[in-house]
Amino acid sequence: MGYIGELFVMAMTAIFIQNFVLSRFLGLCPYLGVSKKLDSAFGMGMAVIFVMTLASAITFLIYKYLLIPNGLMYLQTIAFILTIAALVQFVEMVIQKNAPALYKSLGVYLPLITTNCAVLGVAILNTKAIRTDGITAYNFMDAVLNGFFSGVGFTLVLLAMAGIRERLEFVDMPKSMRGMPIGLILAGIMALAFYGFMGFKI
Amino acid sequence: MIVILQSSASLMSVIGAPMLIIGGLGLIFGLILAIASKVFEVKLDPRVEQIIAALPGANCGACGKAGCAGYADAIVHEGADILACAPGGPGAAAIIARIMGKEAGAMDKKIAVIHCSSGGHNNTKWKYAYQGIDSCKAAVNIADGPNLCTWGCVGFNDCEKACVFDAIKVDEQGMRHIDPDKCTACGACATACPRKLIMLIPHDQHVHILCSSKAKNPLAKQLCGTEKPCIGCGLCGRKCPVQAITIENNLARIDYSKCIDCGLCATACPTKAIGDIKAGKRKKAEIVAEKCIGCTICAKICPTKAISGELKQLHTVNKDACIGCEQCVAKCPKKAIDLV
Repeated sequence: MGYIGELFVMAMTAIFIQNFVLSRFLGLCPYLGVSKKLDSAFGMGMAVIFVMTLASAITFLIYKYLLIPNGLMYLQTIAFILTIAALVQFVEMVIQKNAPALYKSLGVYLPLITTNCAVLGVAILNTKAIRTDGITAYNFMDAVLNGFFSGVGFTLVLLAMAGIRERLEFVDMPKSMRGMPIGLILAGIMALAFYGFMGFKI
Repeated sequence: MIVILQSSASLMSVIGAPMLIIGGLGLIFGLILAIASKVFEVKLDPRVEQIIAALPGANCGACGKAGCAGYADAIVHEGADILACAPGGPGAAAIIARIMGKEAGAMDKKIAVIHCSSGGHNNTKWKYAYQGIDSCKAAVNIADGPNLCTWGCVGFNDCEKACVFDAIKVDEQGMRHIDPDKCTACGACATACPRKLIMLIPHDQHVHILCSSKAKNPLAKQLCGTEKPCIGCGLCGRKCPVQAITIENNLARIDYSKCIDCGLCATACPTKAIGDIKAGKRKKAEIVAEKCIGCTICAKICPTKAISGELKQLHTVNKDACIGCEQCVAKCPKKAIDLV
């Protein structure tokens, strides 16, 4: 299988089969919290893609060139959190100064995902992931792309959830079911639906 | 652990590297962030912070923005209305006007009024004994609420819980009282009330229809715990000198842009559904003979035609007809009318 095929498998796995929200159950907080309106869900999704891709790149470098040579793999969680938090802070400052329009649409969501478990999750999974041949560990490019695709998968599910919840606003349902209760039921049904992707053989 | 046991001689060499690397990482990131915060510093409009300081900081949302900071930002950058802060009142509006270099304009202070005389422990008729979540919103969902009147107060004090200014007090009888000094008309209680009994009304008005029942006569009285429902008879509307009362769905409502606060409707109401805080305390008008120039303005403005007199002659007030609405006092160009 060529590299394109490898990428296709990686994308399908990250977006559908091992979706961060519905299959790995990471990042549930924004999934339920920021999915009431389609446009804020879109903003959050874009911010997650952005941060996941950047965090994958930086943490991969930290892991490979700092932690592995010193035999400090057991410190990856604390090192990654430190790195991601600092990175997001830094990026927020840069955007605020250089791209005010982007800051307005992403700015409020950036601090929310500083220590989001989905972002930390993708960084840690990148260190353990192997290609389809079963031997080769992810290289830098693989890690970055995996981060990007994981973010896309997160955004897709977040947008689907927000789209359904926007329509549910107008549904005549018992008052006690409105809001969070129906949101949780919805999340469960969506997770069941995504479970179907597990049968894919690529 | 294994590593430490094997080379227990040099503990420092085991924890030294991790400490150095994680500590070094933290130090480098800290330095980068410190430098970045200087390099990428964005100057905020100082007026935003000044306005935030002038606002009450309750984040009540009465202005329609997410909070006080959001409102301050909207004033500076989107030209939002500077009178929108109800809790801050004219005081905050004046400070904001100074910061923004605008005219403050007049601001009507309002207070919240509960349009129901029932809802206490002893003055409510119950359909069933409710033993659920201690909230009006929850209670009204079960068979249209535990009280007989489906328009009336359920009495679980959602309004009191919603008030961030501590302006609603519940007495021993379980009745809610709004403190006019503390109420800022932010509208949080009005939103919280599932029966929509609370309305914001100009603070200088003292006559309120204390009922929201849309039921007709015999039924309305059977449902009401205080037996003081509005039955929609329309007597108040006919008595009103300025036609400020309209009847809709068997319920009278006062148009406060017309109401002159005279209290005639409260005396006319056969079911005592209209509350008049100033009842019996109104003073009657009296014309000071030395100051009156006979301009006839007061005679024209008087809603009950209690003032009579020829042009350029001394006018007199018929004390029996005077209702103490104080309309003439405000209009007299010579300040010749006293209240006694």
